[in-house]
Amino acid sequence: MSSVAPDFLVHDNYDAVGVVVVEGITAGQSLEGWVMDSDQTLTMAVNEAIPLGHKFALKDLKDGDPVIKYGENIGRAVADIPKGYHVHVHNLKTSKW
Amino acid sequence: MSDLHFFGYRRENGRVGIRNHVVILPLDDLSNAACEAVANNIKGTLALPHHYGRLQFGEDLELHFRTLIGSGANPNVAAVVVIGIEPAWTARVVDGIAQTGKPVQGFAIEQHGDIDTIAAASRTAKDFLQTASELSREKCPISDLWVSHKCGESDTTSGMGANPAVGNFIDKTDAVGVTNCFGETSEITGAEHLCRERAATKEIGDKWFATWQAYMDEVIEPNKTSDLSDSQPTKGNIEGGLTTIEEKAMGNLLKIGKKARYIDVLTPAETPEKGPGLYFMDTSSAAAECVTLQAAGGFAVHIFPTGQGNIIGNPIEPVIKVTANPRTVRTMGEHVDLDVSGLLRREMNLDQAGDALIDMVLRTCNGRLTAAEALGHREFVMTKLYRSA
Repeated sequence: MSSVAPDFLVHDNYDAVGVVVVEGITAGQSLEGWVMDSDQTLTMAVNEAIPLGHKFALKDLKDGDPVIKYGENIGRAVADIPKGYHVHVHNLKTSKW
Repeated sequence: MSDLHFFGYRRENGRVGIRNHVVILPLDDLSNAACEAVANNIKGTLALPHHYGRLQFGEDLELHFRTLIGSGANPNVAAVVVIGIEPAWTARVVDGIAQTGKPVQGFAIEQHGDIDTIAAASRTAKDFLQTASELSREKCPISDLWVSHKCGESDTTSGMGANPAVGNFIDKTDAVGVTNCFGETSEITGAEHLCRERAATKEIGDKWFATWQAYMDEVIEPNKTSDLSDSQPTKGNIEGGLTTIEEKAMGNLLKIGKKARYIDVLTPAETPEKGPGLYFMDTSSAAAECVTLQAAGGFAVHIFPTGQGNIIGNPIEPVIKVTANPRTVRTMGEHVDLDVSGLLRREMNLDQAGDALIDMVLRTCNGRLTAAEALGHREFVMTKLYRSA
């Protein structure tokens, strides 16, 4: 167990998004992350305020790109999403319909 | 693990309950008032009012009977008084519950009226309650336990913490002969390929896939407005950070762990008959409907992981809430039985979270009241397949 509590978690090495696990994250803040799959840590800045439980892009995503979380396709980007920006229902839609 | 035990009530049919309710069960909506009056007369009995039971037919009627009979037959119930508007269907419920060997008696209101029916049923309820009050708990192996699972008001913390903790519980308890059950047909959409592969055999996986596909074809497709018709993910899910049904489904399926494989696919409220193991039950993803069906299938205790804080309880099957969301712990902690938010802070690992859940389940089985029980949550909700005649 680490003594440093992460600001965001990543499920899988291949994921395109990280999930914020603390409250009060603001634009420009540098965050400490933990990749659960590989037990690695990383540091990244976000460009928007991200609420607890919400996602941000770990890399630049293009309109139409599949979005990977849990190492699986959870939908497609419906707008360009630059690295560090909020990924939510406004720019990520289901691929099922 | 296999030496873990709890203290429960062993019923006439060998099943073990963790509560000792005397239930006053209405056959139909019309009989709710009489049942509530009996429960008011005889303190310590439990009325289960509901909305249906008239002019139903076909599979919808069969599900109604299966749910009522199963609820009365649940091992958390010591004895049952059934009240219906007429004697024939009342007798069908009584006869179904009587198969377990437990005390059950029916009363019909027609040609008697509410007042005489309430008086007669109250006398029986009093006898049943006093008899039940003398039953004792006995030491039972953990393999006597039937545990159901369903998540609600999920968010991304569910997939990171609470659901994998449940998965760890299922992997550990499946290995020592506990009977576990998951459901939520619509909510596996997006992870259906993964769920199909988790069956014990290809045949069972095909049976599961046919059940999922039937729901998609018969309910979603003819009635849909968009995606899953704005039903999935819910507004609460989205507030909590979930975006698509695929994302929600991936998190949901973590509840069944990494190793356990399901050995059968149950119809709603059906009782497992293939022995210990993991079962899937075809249910709605709505919390109260799902848990009511699982309780009717005979499950004695429910584990309910939540993100944003679903507050559901069930009158006969205690519902244990587990969350990894630190905000939910802070803002509505009175609803939380087990806090695993330490998983998100790397203060605990999944193995420890799974062990903490086993401990909370055994304490609940031994008599600890869940948050939902203490707060009086008794959501008993029948699943309706189609409009009544």
